Amino acid sequence: MNVAELLFWITALLTGLSAIMVVVTQNIVRAALWLLFTLAGTAGIFFLLGADFVGATQLLVYVGGILILVVFGVMLTAQGPFVNLKTGAGEWAVSIVVGLLLFGLLGISILMTEWNFTPAPSIEPVQSRLANDLGLSLLGFRDATPKADLPIGSPGEPPRERTRLAYLFPFEIVSVHLLVVLIGAAYLARAKRRKGPAKS
Amino acid sequence: MNQIGLEHCLLLGAVLFVAGIVCMATKRNAIGILMGSELVLNGANINFVAFARYNETFAMEGQVFALFTIVLAAAEAAIALAIVLNFYNNHVTVDVDAAEELKG
Repeated sequence: MNVAELLFWITALLTGLSAIMVVVTQNIVRAALWLLFTLAGTAGIFFLLGADFVGATQLLVYVGGILILVVFGVMLTAQGPFVNLKTGAGEWAVSIVVGLLLFGLLGISILMTEWNFTPAPSIEPVQSRLANDLGLSLLGFRDATPKADLPIGSPGEPPRERTRLAYLFPFEIVSVHLLVVLIGAAYLARAKRRKGPAKS
Repeated sequence: MNQIGLEHCLLLGAVLFVAGIVCMATKRNAIGILMGSELVLNGANINFVAFARYNETFAMEGQVFALFTIVLAAAEAAIALAIVLNFYNNHVTVDVDAAEELKG
């Protein structure tokens, strides 16, 4: 076992156990703390899998952005001391049974499938995909899949070469989507105008 | 000790996915349900990046899709928290069982 495998096991155990603790714990602030460990562990998995830019984005957006947002949501919606938001025992039993069944289904189908990808390398230091490659593929200046020979075009014709097939259009859609979401969130969470006569 | 393969990453993604599903099903706090959806999206992201790592055909696609998922999850979290804050302003609770005004 080399260092990379050891790191993978540690990070995977941290991530999985924290995800389970998010479910188990009843305190919403503790759930947010466990969610922090889960998201950071996921970023570590991304780094180990050679996706540096995605891991950094995960750290910036999730750990730095969404989690702060969630913690502020928790603080702004403080409960009274006598409000009970616990889950009943029957609901727990049904949920755990359904979750175990779903996990069994997923695990069996993962383990029974033959993933016969031709190079099946183990975890080892690889040349990671740089942000440059990602940016070029988003802008359309780079072939989306260098080694893909997926046939495009109607069946019957000889498959054409895929050239310059990249993600410029989804990138634009995501950009406009983010703009719309920002405007919508600001509209939804705006300060309400008070009804009744103004006091001042 | 076996080498780390694709199956390990997919199983980790399955753990996160199932934890998110159960979290969405059991929590009664609306912010807890939001955390469950984040867990589900993270499980899917681990699958994307694992396929990008272990299948050379999808070397770029997996990471691009993971980036899109992260961006859309951020948008979803912003909108969902705005809705939760609005609901709290109107009902002084975040219990989703109290949200039954649209019930027919």
